[in-house]
Amino acid sequence: MTRPRAVEQTPAARANLPDRAWAAVLTVLGLAVLAVAAMIIAELLRVGGPALKHTGLIAFVGNSVWDVTRDVYGALPFIYGTLVTSGVALVLALPVSIGLALFLTEMAPARMRSIVSFPIALLAGIPSVVYGLWGLFVLVPILRNPIEPLLARTHLPIFTGAPIGLGYLAAGVVMAIMILPTITSIAIEVLQTVPGALREAALALGATRWEAIRIAVLPYARAGIVGATMLGLGRALGETMAVTMVIGNSPTIRASLFAPGYSLPAVIANEFAEASGDMQTGALAALGLLLFAVTVLLNIAARVLVRMSRRGPARVAA
Amino acid sequence: MKKIILIATLLSSAAFADKLLINGAGATFPFPIYSKWFSEYNKLHPDVQINYQSIGSGGGIKQITEKTVDFGASDAPMSAEEMGRAAGIQHIPTVMGAVVVVYNVSSISELRLSPETLAGIFLGKITRWNDPTLAKDNPKAKFPDAAITVVHRSDGSGTTSVFTDYLAKVSPEWKAGPGQGKSVNWPTGLGGKGNEGVTGTVKQTDGGIGYVELAYANQNKLTPAELKNHDGAWVKASLESVSAAAGKAEIPDDYRVSITDAPGKDAYPISGFTWLLVYKDQPDAQKGDALVRFLWWAIHDGQKMAAALDYAPLPAPLVRKVEATLKSITVQGKAVLAERK
Repeated sequence: MTRPRAVEQTPAARANLPDRAWAAVLTVLGLAVLAVAAMIIAELLRVGGPALKHTGLIAFVGNSVWDVTRDVYGALPFIYGTLVTSGVALVLALPVSIGLALFLTEMAPARMRSIVSFPIALLAGIPSVVYGLWGLFVLVPILRNPIEPLLARTHLPIFTGAPIGLGYLAAGVVMAIMILPTITSIAIEVLQTVPGALREAALALGATRWEAIRIAVLPYARAGIVGATMLGLGRALGETMAVTMVIGNSPTIRASLFAPGYSLPAVIANEFAEASGDMQTGALAALGLLLFAVTVLLNIAARVLVRMSRRGPARVAA
Repeated sequence: MKKIILIATLLSSAAFADKLLINGAGATFPFPIYSKWFSEYNKLHPDVQINYQSIGSGGGIKQITEKTVDFGASDAPMSAEEMGRAAGIQHIPTVMGAVVVVYNVSSISELRLSPETLAGIFLGKITRWNDPTLAKDNPKAKFPDAAITVVHRSDGSGTTSVFTDYLAKVSPEWKAGPGQGKSVNWPTGLGGKGNEGVTGTVKQTDGGIGYVELAYANQNKLTPAELKNHDGAWVKASLESVSAAAGKAEIPDDYRVSITDAPGKDAYPISGFTWLLVYKDQPDAQKGDALVRFLWWAIHDGQKMAAALDYAPLPAPLVRKVEATLKSITVQGKAVLAERK
């Protein structure tokens, strides 16, 4: 405070005690985050290690049988379910979110933006168990009839089988609604950073409104939008409560989105409380480790994607 | 200095006059009756307060093994491996419950299921309601040509443990296949979270069939299927038929017994105990004393509160057997209830 031009401090001034203490506090806080992450990994390894050793890492990740009674643990159906439902959620949520963000930043009057932004923020605040109950009692009956029978008429392999309602599709739709506010609000922030001059230049060259968005706005905002998507996907991957209520909780791998499946967080939540014996507890901890790994891989992928398309305000995401 | 000592003495005597706090943790299934017991017992003995966390049977076993609580509770008896880690633990049966089969077929108001049919449905071998095996059990019923959707619990639970224990007893194929446990590898069907998840899915799905706790079915006015018991009689699940299941079954001294498919004409075949877990020699004099006295109260006066909450009381011969067990529990080597008749 006493030295406004802190950058040009002399060595003597750098020895200033409050400054150094402050720096130390910040360093400790920064390291604490790392320490927490390290401790989580260490604990998961400690609990999950024996089960992983018993099963073997490759069998654990690659086997599709989950039989607690016989201590056979294969995580593949859960990995598959997590990825499929997150994928469905992303496919459904992304066009809506980007479209909504573009509409609000490029087309809608400023007053409308603030009116529409409010319910979007509200959506983000609804507890996930409420989404789950809504999914179970409202969405699932609608999916069972008429949506799934209608989709079945397309004869696509992903839309086959009995229309039960509960399954990958139901989980994907619920998750799509849950991640919509995340992607939309960040995309709005990103689009607002696009310089007006770019837009005007495109329009001056004779571009229509859509062309201006396509050639000037979207390329500039691309990196940020990728980041927004990744944050949404991150939320989808870890979603537990809402998913377990509508996914059908069946550890199987099926191509049809109508079929019941299972996800990594859901099986942990379902089985942990009554897990008997070290082996089952360990296998569930190992699933936690796997979920952690999936999240880390995804974050790395997000960073790579952002770096590859770094043209605009990439920092927003990374 | 003297003042400080005086205050310290006053404080410690105040602490003594304070409530005796007993902590327990475990099964969720008996939580309603346990919390009723603890609050009623506290009214009779204001100096004893019992805290109970319904964190699940697995957690209860873990905590009593590590002795972080004064008693545990479980819906499934501890395994031999778990017993090995908690030397000197004693199971005390408190009340009984049952698992019932609920279904959703609009044209059917009554359903009878033989053990073979029930196992066949949950094995995924009987897939349609108009299957001839179902018609054999229910000659008068008009079954629709509709698919059967099996609904099971997705969370690990004592309910599943009792249900699969029954199936494993009546069906060799089930025993060799999914087997018995709190969560098993289901050959078919959907998983619902908790009793409410199973009920919700069955109610919504035409042709659905699932299993829930008797108490839950009663409170939600569901009509369960009649089952054929060990003696070949068709029985409905009721508090009487559940208690009857413990009547003729042979109960060992450690009470770690399953009473599914029990003998007796009136016995409901998918019945089970729920247990409190205590150490045979209580380490803490005051707490141990209070705990044993509470257990004595629970198997006598406490049983009268069971029916109102849809738990079946222990049959009288079993209560006498538990009395003997409680008398054998010692506190620092001395029996607490030696004076009781």
